Amino acid sequence: MKTTSPARMALFLAVAAALALILPYVLTPYYLGLVVKMMIFALFAMSLDLLIGFTGMASLGHAAYFGLSAYVTGLTALTLGWNVWLALPAGLMASAVAAGLFGLLALRTRGSYFLMITLALSQLMWGIAFGWRSLTGGDDGLPDVPRPRLWQGYSLTDGVSFYFFAFGLIALSGWLLYRITASPFGQCLRGIRESETRMLALGYDIWRYKFTAFVLGGLFAGLAGSLYVYYNRFVSPDYIHVARSAEVLLMVILGGAGTLIGPAVGAAIIVALENVISAYTERWVMLLGFVYVIVALFAPNGLTGLIESLRKKRAGP
Amino acid sequence: MSALVIDSVSKNFGGVQALTDVSFSIAPGERRLIIGPNGAGKTTLFNMLSGAFPVSSGQVTLFGRDITNAPPNLRANLGLARTFQITNLFPNLTVMENLILALQAQHEHAFSMFRLMRKESALFDRAQALLSQWGLSDIAGARAREISYGQQRQVDLILAMAGAPKVLLLDEPTAGLSAAEVVRVVGMIGDLPADMTVLMIEHDMDVAFDIADRIAVLHQGCLIAEGTPDEIRGHPQVTEIYLGAD
Ligand SMILES: Nc1ncnc2c1ncn2[C@@H]1O[C@H](COP(=O)(O)OP(=O)(O)O)[C@@H](O)[C@H]1O
Ligand SMILES: [Mg+2]
Repeated sequence: MKTTSPARMALFLAVAAALALILPYVLTPYYLGLVVKMMIFALFAMSLDLLIGFTGMASLGHAAYFGLSAYVTGLTALTLGWNVWLALPAGLMASAVAAGLFGLLALRTRGSYFLMITLALSQLMWGIAFGWRSLTGGDDGLPDVPRPRLWQGYSLTDGVSFYFFAFGLIALSGWLLYRITASPFGQCLRGIRESETRMLALGYDIWRYKFTAFVLGGLFAGLAGSLYVYYNRFVSPDYIHVARSAEVLLMVILGGAGTLIGPAVGAAIIVALENVISAYTERWVMLLGFVYVIVALFAPNGLTGLIESLRKKRAGP
Repeated sequence: MSALVIDSVSKNFGGVQALTDVSFSIAPGERRLIIGPNGAGKTTLFNMLSGAFPVSSGQVTLFGRDITNAPPNLRANLGLARTFQITNLFPNLTVMENLILALQAQHEHAFSMFRLMRKESALFDRAQALLSQWGLSDIAGARAREISYGQQRQVDLILAMAGAPKVLLLDEPTAGLSAAEVVRVVGMIGDLPADMTVLMIEHDMDVAFDIADRIAVLHQGCLIAEGTPDEIRGHPQVTEIYLGAD
């Protein structure tokens, strides 16, 4: 078991919280926006980590839930004028239901078949977003999504209040995800990742665990998606595209699957990289491929794995 | 009532007839050894009993209940546990975590997301007790993949025993062990509660005849003999299979 002392953990959390409170007052609006984007993708990556890192279910269609929730939140806010209390839960509900339905199909398979079916289902959803122009605006997407409206006459229009709104929800989600992974349920997910046949032989109804994890993963991805539509004030089929699923998968692998904090850091790094070379899109895809190769060759367990092994080396044999 | 009744069980793997019409039953508390040459279908029989694969035909009954089509986890919850011929642990978890998962399986809290694993001290205490009972306390914190093969085989056995099953299936628990480890593992099996029904596949004849109340002999998927160690020893067909090369 990991041996991070409670005192060090508390210190880390206190520093992180202090930093989070100070950031909006020291960063320019542009960089504050970048931090919000990092946090949103950190949540997205952590939600995928629940599937890949903890349960051993490698999904290549996780953007489906991110995108669906973004569309539902965006559409209900735009066309029905729903405030955030309605539009956001509507998005979450939609992504949880979709994850439930897709899970019923995908969980009949494992390994590379699971990868393929999650990919296929997400592309199906991408096709709907792309093709149903009258509802979704097709490849033009939906522009001018309003900022989250808390109540009549008050919306989170400035960067700082939106930052705190997003930070609050993401911190809460991060804590919930941590609690889930530290619970008996979370321990069972690790057991399933390590040996499904042994878990079955011990008497676990593993389907129930996998299904629940899959829906939870979809739910948290949905929250990330809905926050992103409020952040960007725009949603397009790109939100659902397999390229986005691959990108979040890379965030998880880069940071180190099965650690939550690793994928969050991986997300921040990828978002930062993307920001530096945003002007050249083809180069961006190339760079992602390059990062992937580097990680696969030199840090197959991601950054957290790399740090762990360096630490072990320093501690001596 | 018999602990386990195997009634005309056959298994065909896409053309390979692994089991043909195997029938026998095991009394509660019995030590039943299953022997037979490599490829005889012994592990396949265990897979039919534990539900890892469906039978092609036949019926399996556990304490009077038909479990032929029950999923493996349900059979486990009815008190049927097994080990694996090819070690099947949770390799990247610690030995302690391996045991916790085994102990937690029958626990109503296993599905809970609102508790913290590290606060389940009752489970940790029980796992600790099991480890010290079998003299494995010093590997509690090691990952299962890092311990020796002999230790892995013992942990595999402890995982199966941890839930206090009514019927325990052991698939070659001594295979690949050193002489000293064989003694330890045979000792562990000897220490099992007398009312626990044990089915054990064993290739070492001395070990098999030593432990057995009764022995079943499989050969090319068929049950060719069944009886007490003395009956099996004198059985002409068994002698032929095992000593035919002489
Ligand atoms: N999953 C499987 N798929 C196909 N054939 C199998 C499978 N499991 C076992 N067999 C075949 O069934 C026969 C019996 O195997 P097994 O039960 O493992 O024998 P034993 O345990 O007695 O050595 C062998 O011919 C083996 O190749
Ligand atoms: Mg075998």
